[in-house]
Amino acid sequence: MMQLVLTVTAVVLSLAAAGAIIRIGRGPSLLDRVLAADVLLAIFGAALCIDMAVNRHLNNLMLLVAISIIGFVGSVTVARFVADRRGNVHES
Amino acid sequence: MNPEPLSADAVIDAVSAVFMVLGALMSLAAAIGLLRFPDLMSRMHAATKPQVLGLFLLLAAVGLQLRTWWVWPVLAVAWIFQLLTVPVSAHMVGRAGYRTKHLHRELLSTDELEAVVQQAAGRHGFDDDGGPAER
Repeated sequence: MMQLVLTVTAVVLSLAAAGAIIRIGRGPSLLDRVLAADVLLAIFGAALCIDMAVNRHLNNLMLLVAISIIGFVGSVTVARFVADRRGNVHES
Repeated sequence: MNPEPLSADAVIDAVSAVFMVLGALMSLAAAIGLLRFPDLMSRMHAATKPQVLGLFLLLAAVGLQLRTWWVWPVLAVAWIFQLLTVPVSAHMVGRAGYRTKHLHRELLSTDELEAVVQQAAGRHGFDDDGGPAER
């Protein structure tokens, strides 16, 4: 049963990562790209969690916390220094 | 499935399998929301699903699969850390999105920041944070 779960979650997470990468490439604004990168990091964390659960180890736990730190610092930094460089463009 | 009565082991396995599939589906829901929602604010709504509920479900699956008690506080610390950092980054991203006008104003049901921004602009004459000075 664990092999079945692993296959299903691998397919689902691959589709989710593809969607997030499409949004990173297509996102009209920088903030959309930052948000999609955050979601991509969350998907990586989900994959690490599933690896830990299926193979019954805890090796990835520190990596999981590190990924969440990277997402936090990255999105806060970019959001803090994003500037309105295009005047009054209303697109999204 | 074998006809013999279910052991606790099999039940725990089934519950953790359901948690794993649901957690993965949260990520898929976030990706679909990122692709289909129209502006930054609604995409932020979709993006929080795997970060909070998805991570909770997957960490619970890890704890159920390991079948020891001492891992639960560690997993809870990892989840609480995520709970503490996600609102801060979402606040910063949403604030920057509001400032840089990446939102569809006609989609908002209420805009509580508008009055504050107007008041601050009226009091100071300009916004101290690099925001829109004239409106």
